[in-house]
Amino acid sequence: MEDEQKNRRNFLKFGFLAAGLTAAGVALNKVASGDEGAEEKVKVLTADGRLAEVAKSKVESSESLSAASKHVRQGIPGRKFIMVIDLTRCKNARKCLEGCQKMHNFLPPVEWLKVKEMQDSELSGKYWFPQLCYQCDNPPCCKVCPVGATFKRSDGIVGIDNERCIGCKFCMAACPYSSRSFNYGNPKQVEYSKNHPLKSCHTMDPNMVGTVSKCDFCPDFGSKGILPACVRSCPNGVIFYGDENEDVVSNGEQVLRLKDLLVNNGGYRQFEVFGTKPRVYYLPPVNRLFPFKPDPVEHNQEE
Amino acid sequence: MKNETTAVDSVLMNKYEAMHDELLRPIQKTGLAGKIWIGFLFCVFFAGVFAFYTQETKSKYETISLNNYTMWGIYISNFVFFVALSLVGALMSAVLKLTNFEWYRPLSRIAEVIAVAAIMFAGVGIIVAMGHPERLYFLLTHGRLQSPIIWDIVVIITYFVATSLFLFIPLIPGISQLSNHLKDKPKWQMWMYKKLSLSWRGTPEQWKIVKRCITILAILIIPLGISIHTVTAWLFASTLRAEWNSTNFGAYFIAGAFLLGVAAVIVGTFFFRKYYRFEKYLTDSYFDKMGKMLVFLSGVYFYFNINEYLVPAFKMDSMHSQYLLDEFTGKDAILFWLVFLFGIFVPAILPLFKSMLKPWPLTVIAILVVIAAWFKRYIIVIPGLSHPYLPIQNVPHSWTHYVPSLIECMVVAGIFAAALLFITLFSKFFPIISVWEVAEGDGVSLEKINLLSKKA
Repeated sequence: MEDEQKNRRNFLKFGFLAAGLTAAGVALNKVASGDEGAEEKVKVLTADGRLAEVAKSKVESSESLSAASKHVRQGIPGRKFIMVIDLTRCKNARKCLEGCQKMHNFLPPVEWLKVKEMQDSELSGKYWFPQLCYQCDNPPCCKVCPVGATFKRSDGIVGIDNERCIGCKFCMAACPYSSRSFNYGNPKQVEYSKNHPLKSCHTMDPNMVGTVSKCDFCPDFGSKGILPACVRSCPNGVIFYGDENEDVVSNGEQVLRLKDLLVNNGGYRQFEVFGTKPRVYYLPPVNRLFPFKPDPVEHNQEE
Repeated sequence: MKNETTAVDSVLMNKYEAMHDELLRPIQKTGLAGKIWIGFLFCVFFAGVFAFYTQETKSKYETISLNNYTMWGIYISNFVFFVALSLVGALMSAVLKLTNFEWYRPLSRIAEVIAVAAIMFAGVGIIVAMGHPERLYFLLTHGRLQSPIIWDIVVIITYFVATSLFLFIPLIPGISQLSNHLKDKPKWQMWMYKKLSLSWRGTPEQWKIVKRCITILAILIIPLGISIHTVTAWLFASTLRAEWNSTNFGAYFIAGAFLLGVAAVIVGTFFFRKYYRFEKYLTDSYFDKMGKMLVFLSGVYFYFNINEYLVPAFKMDSMHSQYLLDEFTGKDAILFWLVFLFGIFVPAILPLFKSMLKPWPLTVIAILVVIAAWFKRYIIVIPGLSHPYLPIQNVPHSWTHYVPSLIECMVVAGIFAAALLFITLFSKFFPIISVWEVAEGDGVSLEKINLLSKKA
C-alpha cells in the first residue's frame, strides 16, 4: 500500500518535472524566435488615430485564421469590425463595387456591393446609396440556417461555411436587405475562375457552385491594418472602415473617431425597425459634396 | 324480431359480398385505358427525372430561371401545394371519423392514399430545390433546432410515418382477403400480400388492436397535420419580408389546405368511380355532402384571406403597398383575381345550387379549385420576392422578374406524375374502398365481416 503511494508520488514528481521542462523549452524557443521577429515592424492604428510602428510579434497574426481553419467560426479576438458610409460624399462612381469584384475575381452580374439610387419621399432629394452585407448583430440569416452554415463571429462578421451550405436559400429569403448571392454556376464565371479562383479573403469559399456567398467585410485585411478593396477603390472616401473596440474608422485619407463621427453627423442604420442591428452605419445625405446627377445608363445589364 | 334482423343481415351480407368481389376487379385486371394512363404517367415522370439530371449536371444559371432576388420559385410553391394536399388525410379520415360523420367511410382510403402520395412527393419537391441535394443528410448531422426548416423536416417525417400507418393498418384485414381471392397473379405479388397481412386471422384480439391503433392514429394525425402546414407557413412567416410577415399565416395555410383537400378527394372519387365503375358505392350522395363541405371551407378560407389582404390593404403602409398594389391592380392582378374567383368564389357559390352538387359539375368545380390552389401558392411565394425593401437596380433584365424555365416545369410535372402514379398503382394492388369499414358503418358485426374474407 505504502509502496504504491510512493510510486504514485514519484510518478507525479516526474510528471511535473517533465511538464516544467517542456514549458521551459517552449518559452526559450519563443524568446529566440521573438528576437528574430523584433526586426520586422508593422504599422498599426492607435486608439487616438495615430499610425504607429510596432514589432510584428506584438500584433496578433490572422494568418492562421484562413478559411480552412477551424477557428474561422470564432473570429479574430478583440476585434469588432464596423463600417460607416458617408452618403454626403457618394456620386455613384461605382468604383467600390468594381474594386470589390476585381479583388474577389467576380465577374458581373454578381455584385456583393451595390450602389442604388434612393429617394425617401417625393419632396426630398435623391441620393446614391452604397449597400453591402451589414454583418448584423442580430442576423436573421443565421437564425434560419438549418445546418449552421452561416454564422456570427465574435469580431462581428457574419461568415459562410460553403462546405456546409446545402443551398436551401432560406438565408436569402430571410435577409431583408437582399445582400446575399447564390452561386448558380454562371459558365462565364466558372471558366474565368479556372485561372482566377474567386477569393474571399477570409471566411468563405465562394467558388462552390450551389452555395450562398456575400460580402464578408474582408476581416483579414482589417486585422492587418489594410483597408478592404471597396474602401481603397472609392475616389471620394465614402466608406469608412474600422474597429468599434478601437473607436476608429478610416477611409484611407482620414482617420476619424467612430463615436464622434456618428454622434455629430446623425449616423443611422438602414431599417432600424427590423431589429437586425446592422454593423454598417450611414451618415445622412445632407450638405452633399456633389449635386445629384441621374445616371444616364443602366449598369450591369449583361446576363 | 330475431328473424327480421337475420333477414336484414343476410341482405347486407349479400351486398358486401358483391361489393367485395367488385372491388377486386381493378386489381384483377387493368384495361387499355388504365395501361395508357400508367404509361403516360411513367413518361412524364421519366421526363422529370431527366430534367432534374440536366439541372444538376449543367449550369443552374442556364437551366433554372431563379436569381438573387427571386431565389425561391415553383419548386417551393409546389412544395407548399403538396404539403397542403397532404392535409386531406387528417381532415377526411380523422376529423370526420372522430366527429362521427359516418359518411367518411368509403372515402377514407382515397383521402389517405392522396395524403401519403402528397407528403412523400412534397419531400422530393424540397430536394430538387436545393443547391446541394447530396448534402441533405447535413440536416441530421449538423441540424440546428432553431431553424424552422428543421422543424418542418421533423414534422413532415413524423406525419409521413403516421399517415402511412393510417393508410396501412385499416388495410390489413383487406389484404388477407386479397390473397384468397385473386387469381393468376405473379408469385411475388401473392408473397407481398402474405407478408403485408401480418398473419391476420380476424381474431377478436386482432380486431381490438387494429381498432385501437386506428383511433390513436386518428387522434394523433390531427395535431400532426396542423403542425406540418403551420410550420410550412412559418418558413415564410418567420422572415422579415413584408409579403410573408403575418401572424395569420399558419391558420391561413391550414384553411387553404382543407379546401384543397376536399377538392382533391372530389376529383379522386370521381375518377375512381368512373373508371372502376364504383357508382354503386361512391354514390351521388357523397358528392352532395362534399359539395356542401366545399362551400363551408371556402367560407373559412375567404375569412382568412380577408384577414391576410384587407387589413394590410387598409393601412397601406409603404412596406406592404409595393406588392399589394401590384396584386390588386398591377402586373400580378389578373392571376391574383383569377385565383380568388376560382379558388374561393366559385366553390363558395356554385355548389349552393342543387344541380351543381351532381358528380360532373362538382368535379369540374373541384378541378378548378385544385388548379387555383396551385397558383395561390405561386402568388404567396413568388411575386412578393420581386419587391424587396431596397429597390432592385442595375441588374440584368431577367433578374427583375421570374418565369419558370422549361426544366423547372418538367421537374414539377414529373413530381405530379409520380404522385398520381403512386395513387394509381396503389389502387391496382389494393382495394380503394375499405369494405370492412363500410360494412361496420352499416352495423355488420365483426364475425360476419370475418366471414367475408374466408369465402374463397
